[in-house]
Amino acid sequence: MRITCPNCGERDRREFYYQGDALALTRPAPDAGPHAWDDYLHNRDNPAGDTRDLWFHEAGCGAWIVVSRNTVTHAIDDTHLAATVKR
Amino acid sequence: MVKLLPRSPCTDLLPRTVGTITMSEVLLDRVMSVAPFAGQAKPTSAALKDQIGLGLSAPGRAVSNRRARVIWAGQRMWLVAADVSLDGLAAVTDQSDAWAILRIEGAGVEDVLARLVPIDLRASTFKGGHTARTMLGHMSVGITRVGAQAFEVMAMRSMAATLVHDLQVAAENVAAR
Repeated sequence: MRITCPNCGERDRREFYYQGDALALTRPAPDAGPHAWDDYLHNRDNPAGDTRDLWFHEAGCGAWIVVSRNTVTHAIDDTHLAATVKR
Repeated sequence: MVKLLPRSPCTDLLPRTVGTITMSEVLLDRVMSVAPFAGQAKPTSAALKDQIGLGLSAPGRAVSNRRARVIWAGQRMWLVAADVSLDGLAAVTDQSDAWAILRIEGAGVEDVLARLVPIDLRASTFKGGHTARTMLGHMSVGITRVGAQAFEVMAMRSMAATLVHDLQVAAENVAAR
């Protein structure tokens, strides 16, 4: 498995650390209430198909990367820096 | 007061030669990490240009002149081999004694590194002035091409002995072929 880092180009999977679903990018507002925060903390979808993950280029440039991939075909469609995602 | 003797990271380890490969230590007087604050990359680059004649390099690139060097070191991070003053523009940390820097050169140097490094370092893709943060064995390193058959490998100072040992074994195995 190879992941394209927007800084470094295509790199081996062993340089990366897997964080999980990219929902950290859509963190609820501090006053969003307990239900929104409970959902954010504990509930995850388990999609068969397209998903968005956060990967950390740990042994490379140290950037957090949003990886759009398909859990069925294992194809990686797109990668971009988490730092450039609009919030 | 006790007078302390300066010891470089690779004292007692380098230089050494294995077959066609020579390894030597590179000593930089000053290494500062420069991490521009949000939105300050361009002013930081301009200030550096004023002070040392070099701006921030693009990702994956290293630049140098007679006075200084600027090496891209990761996401929004550069290593600058010079004294710089960037108050209000960037987080600057003195890392002068933090790095072991090893120059490895000679015929077949790419074959030696290919045994340890998971990226393509051949001259067709990794040209002069290219630099990469990657792995050497299990170690996180920075690798810069400094010549047609020469590279600089930067590792954490505490890993100096491992760095030299790993390269020594790889060079011996290439030489034995």
